Amino acid sequence: MTDQVRGPQGPPSDDSSQDSSRSGPATGPSPELTTPATTQEPATPPTPQEPATPSTSPEPATPSTSQEPAIPELATAGPAAPTAVKGRRRRLGPSPTLAYVFLLPAAILLGVWVVYPIIYSIVRSLSGPQPSDFVGLGNYMTIFSDASMLTTIRNNLIWVVIAPILVTTLGLIFAVLTERIRWSTAFKLIVFMPMAVSLMAAGVIFRLVYEQDPDKGVANAILTSVGDTFSSSQGYPDARPREGDAVRAEGGGVVATGQPALIPIVGIKAGTLPESAQPAKAGASGAVWFDFTPGGGGRNGEIDPNERGLPGMTVEAVQGGNVVATATTADDGSFAFEGVSGAYEVRLPQSNFTARYGGLSWLGPTFITPAIIGAFVWVWAGFAMVLIAAGLAAIPRDALEAARIDGATEWQVFRKITVPLLSPVLLVVFVTMIINTLKVFDLVFIIAPASVQDEAMVLALEMWRVSFGGGGNQGMGSAIAIFLLILVLPFMIMNIRRFRREDT
Amino acid sequence: MSSTGAHAGEIKRGGLSRIVDLLGSGLVQVVMILIGLFWLVPTLGLLVVSLRDETVNAAEGWWTVFTKPADLTFQAYSSLLATGFTSSFWNTVLITVPTTILVIGIAAMAAYAFAWMDFPGRDLLFLIVVGLLIVPIQIALIPIASLYGGLGIFGSIPGVVLFHVAFGLPFAIFLLRNFFVGIPASLLEAARMDGAPEWKIFARVVFPLGKPAIASLGIFQFLWVWNDMLIALVFADTESQPMTKALQSEMRQFGTNVDILAPGAFLSLIIPLVLFFAFQRYFVQGMMAGSVK
Repeated sequence: MTDQVRGPQGPPSDDSSQDSSRSGPATGPSPELTTPATTQEPATPPTPQEPATPSTSPEPATPSTSQEPAIPELATAGPAAPTAVKGRRRRLGPSPTLAYVFLLPAAILLGVWVVYPIIYSIVRSLSGPQPSDFVGLGNYMTIFSDASMLTTIRNNLIWVVIAPILVTTLGLIFAVLTERIRWSTAFKLIVFMPMAVSLMAAGVIFRLVYEQDPDKGVANAILTSVGDTFSSSQGYPDARPREGDAVRAEGGGVVATGQPALIPIVGIKAGTLPESAQPAKAGASGAVWFDFTPGGGGRNGEIDPNERGLPGMTVEAVQGGNVVATATTADDGSFAFEGVSGAYEVRLPQSNFTARYGGLSWLGPTFITPAIIGAFVWVWAGFAMVLIAAGLAAIPRDALEAARIDGATEWQVFRKITVPLLSPVLLVVFVTMIINTLKVFDLVFIIAPASVQDEAMVLALEMWRVSFGGGGNQGMGSAIAIFLLILVLPFMIMNIRRFRREDT
Repeated sequence: MSSTGAHAGEIKRGGLSRIVDLLGSGLVQVVMILIGLFWLVPTLGLLVVSLRDETVNAAEGWWTVFTKPADLTFQAYSSLLATGFTSSFWNTVLITVPTTILVIGIAAMAAYAFAWMDFPGRDLLFLIVVGLLIVPIQIALIPIASLYGGLGIFGSIPGVVLFHVAFGLPFAIFLLRNFFVGIPASLLEAARMDGAPEWKIFARVVFPLGKPAIASLGIFQFLWVWNDMLIALVFADTESQPMTKALQSEMRQFGTNVDILAPGAFLSLIIPLVLFFAFQRYFVQGMMAGSVK
């Protein structure tokens, strides 16, 4: 999270009309401060629908969408102020030389640290690892032909397509829903909080969330407990029956005859026998047990005193190919069917012998990019929510009311009025997120384990790796940096054009 | 009869829709609580892991803390602070505080010139600033690394600070200029009429009036620099490294290093979090000023 990656630098769409809402010159430069101050306080719940933003300021003249600054003083402020005023200011104002003195420190820093590097990088990108070996456009060719570079570009494409839509949609949903709860300030604080946290710390947080072991990573803990709810089977992978006259393996499961059916199982690994298992005992319809006496001894196919039952096995009674009853074994391995008469076969379906669902391998090569996008959404959804909520608060209520009175459903109001009125804000959020996804670095670097970093690689990280992280090819690094600059260039031009349009 | 019937129907409809509303808002409440938990749980997990013993963390998930809160200990924190981590904490402070002050000062001067002084090329120069807002930081890593190598400040705190200041300036100038132009012209003109020198108007009129915007900028700048990893990764060495870089170097052995990473990450985020809760108003305002049309 470099300065440029984070926060509002993204789309600088502010403009002088926004100034009017921010600075409210008529009443001094900071009238809005008092209002957000009160709406922000959790202690003042009566304004739950007012988000903690300056544009919720109650003055009617300050919705952030206002196009024309209503206050005359403001007009003099812009660069395109009326010439009469300009003239007056010039007469009274300082000489241009003094202005350049005020600008000098910033100009030096921007010139040396930002502008000069752009030119340097363009030149440097035309050489190989050493500045002296000129390769022309070779580095750029590599970007579009090298297999690992193509993976990198593919990943950036996935990021750009998925992440901004997810963040904007979630932000919109959250913003709309917060208008319906009393504790919206608390909710906003919670969702907005990750914005203050470093992406490095967010990365560590999500490394913990995505731990593979369901007993450590909360993501897999949730997945497996949901999975366990839907399939009750205990799961004994690699277990198999001790086959005999009455018991045989069939279709991945076990089929047994005899009433009661005694089904001996072997091949259970040390750790997989549940702690709840009790010494085995035959039930009314039979038993499933671990036919193994610790320390040796015991007879095969018979329940010996030290042998334990296998709890949680699903057992089916089958008559003529149809399942007529099912039961689950108890802690002592016994089971009993209810309401079954006549001869039947006992079947242990295959599901008993597949491994218990262990969740997803989030940090494996397949899911790594979606997993990191999840962390990105966690970080940025609050930003989208707060901006969109501010836009929502600026929508004139009577427009919505009028539509409702005319019989529009809530969904129609949302689709036909709210969203179109919000579209400028949605666009700003969307564009900010595109820029941020193009520059995503820290999250990938921290969350992707070294072994799958190649699968998760993105341009910003590859640029660092190639130039500083052991790649040793600053020519290639410069080319990637220029490529990144070209990717954000359209947004840069968009910002400039919008600023010119709105500021003049 | 018919009128009472209609009346009864009305009441019934009212009651029904109230029930639907209640159910709907109940559903919204539940959904929002779940979402809130979703956003809280990851950070809570980090906190609990940082407060538990290594062996406990290796054995079970952090959520078991709810059944046995007695497991919590500050052991990991005290052993982390006994290592060199404190020096990286102070490096973070030494990088962040000067950067924030420099950005505010330099940007305020430039923003004042853009807002209230006339000079040839003003509009063009400001458009360049707008254009520089989203220049990717990657573009400057290699050129500035070689420049610092020549100057002999590679790996030093001043080098890191100057890089941060330069890349913080476009947004800072943009934000402050847009705020300064809203200051009533009459105030400045009165001061100029009285013959006050420009630097005095800047220091006594514009700077104090610009406090809200400066506060927003300050909190933003502070958080960006505090939380930066990329610039530190390239321009800081082990002597001058901030917390983010110190922690990053522990990432390779994530599994075995949780007792360093978890408390370290939590220590690194506690100050931003406190600042965020204390100054969220300014934080949100700065964000709005930078983004919302």
